[in-house]
Amino acid sequence: MDANTDIQPLGPDGILIRFADTLSEPANRAALAFRAVIDAAELPGVSETATSLTSVFLRFQPDVISRRALEDDVRQRLGDRDWLAAALPEGRVLWEMPAAFGGEHGPGLAESADLAGVSEGRAVEEICAARLRVLALGFAPGQPYLGFLPDHWNIPRQGDVTPEVPRGAVVVAVRQVIPFANAAPTGWRQVGRTAFRCFDAALDPAIPLRPGDEVSFLPIDALHLDRLLDKAPAYGGAERTVLA
Amino acid sequence: MTRQVTVLRAGPQVSVQDGGRFGGLGIGLSRSGAADRRGYLAGLALLDLPLGTAVVEFAGLGGAVTFDAPTRFALTGAGMRATLDGQPIEGMASHLAGPGSVLEIKAITSGVYGYLTFGGGIASDVVYGGRGYHRIGGFGRPLATGDALPLGADDAVSAAPHRLGLPAEVGPIRLMPGPQTAFFPEDVRKTFSATIFTRSARANRQGVRLDHDGAAFSTGGQLSQVSDFISEGDVQMTGDGTPYVLLADCQTIGGYPRIGTVLPVDLPRIAQAMAGQHLQFRFVTLDEAEAAWQSDAMLLADLKRRAKPRVRDPREMADLLSYELIDRPSGEVTGGAS
Repeated sequence: MDANTDIQPLGPDGILIRFADTLSEPANRAALAFRAVIDAAELPGVSETATSLTSVFLRFQPDVISRRALEDDVRQRLGDRDWLAAALPEGRVLWEMPAAFGGEHGPGLAESADLAGVSEGRAVEEICAARLRVLALGFAPGQPYLGFLPDHWNIPRQGDVTPEVPRGAVVVAVRQVIPFANAAPTGWRQVGRTAFRCFDAALDPAIPLRPGDEVSFLPIDALHLDRLLDKAPAYGGAERTVLA
Repeated sequence: MTRQVTVLRAGPQVSVQDGGRFGGLGIGLSRSGAADRRGYLAGLALLDLPLGTAVVEFAGLGGAVTFDAPTRFALTGAGMRATLDGQPIEGMASHLAGPGSVLEIKAITSGVYGYLTFGGGIASDVVYGGRGYHRIGGFGRPLATGDALPLGADDAVSAAPHRLGLPAEVGPIRLMPGPQTAFFPEDVRKTFSATIFTRSARANRQGVRLDHDGAAFSTGGQLSQVSDFISEGDVQMTGDGTPYVLLADCQTIGGYPRIGTVLPVDLPRIAQAMAGQHLQFRFVTLDEAEAAWQSDAMLLADLKRRAKPRVRDPREMADLLSYELIDRPSGEVTGGAS
């Protein structure tokens, strides 16, 4: 078991297996691979599993299995192999997502660019040049945490929470980008907006993205985005390519 | 024919809720469900309903509903002033309404979230494993005037009304350590335990803000921390070091550090704390937290044991007879299965 991996309680019926306490790509792969192994093991008393950016959550039934027994089992599996060297899942997809940046669709672009130490134009170029990966789904159904932007995008969250950004808001913080699944409050800064829907009950599957998928943003102007928001084509006009 | 309840008036925070949606954490779907789990389950206990039954949750201004058939109902959770056809009725108790009866919840007098539970439960369509309004997930919407709620069949429409007494809960709210507790220096954690907080007016189903006079609660590097799983009950510090206790509608992943997790058994006290109420916290060990843990099934069974028949008001007896409920098969009374 890697020295940076730890096991923590999360609520009286939860265990968090954390592969790193800072964001790291190997830790993300480790979390995806470890969850897959736990799911396959079908451990009695484990009622739910999930991955975040760098960790795996297990919900268990304390009246079926004790925390101590589950932690022992987990610790043993953690020692089985080098999880940080795990490969990415198979069948990954590249999504090219149109998005408008700045102006009314990106009220936080100027401040974000300033914090990253680049001009607004350069900020949009850098965000769109990055090949981002779906590190985790979370916050709201199907909503991806996408990483990573270059190092100088390790910008903090806001001191206060923005009461509401709209569905499709593209927000940034700590080298990551998130297109919002629904209108919601956030501590991240909104730099743009996409018509992509993270959760669309009309589609099968309703959640198009999977951890491990890749995303790049295609810059479009505000009028083009307004048309996409209005017409609501499948995937908000995003192109889908299966990665070999 | 399916019995139904029609909403005559609804305040802005009235919605259908249940025990929540399970197993969706991996796709970003939080459990959500009733904000006060105990208040919600108390309604199920009073009408002897199974786990998962959907009810109406209301906050703030309350509302009014009318019935189209004899229907048992229970009022639980917040203390409230309610009338059935103009007559005051007691809370934390079950009652029987007749066709055309109007139930009015006029005001919440103590607490925040009230629950209106119907015999047979609300039988609306299940969407992604639940019937509740899930704001962050985009499922459903708050209830509005004119909405009709279909009810499931009730085999026990003539059952005796019950009431439920719960012991008053006092003392500090218990907090267990979580994955980020150690990120807060020990003196910050000590100050947190020693602080008397005031429940802010800024609160909703997602979280309750805690006001206090002292310094902000900071980890140091808290605005650039890696986002990770959130548990209902987590006490999160926003960027400026303000604590929020996260409730049923919290997100699944978040980046603000959390100093600990309120025990689920104590969380209803946070949900029901009114603006201005004082709150204090006490850290407990993992062992204490686990000893206090109860599954929904255990909690519901405990509440069902506490529910006792109450003496019927003679007026209600008369009503019962007038509905000719006695000795009639329940299917006929309720109009059969929904």
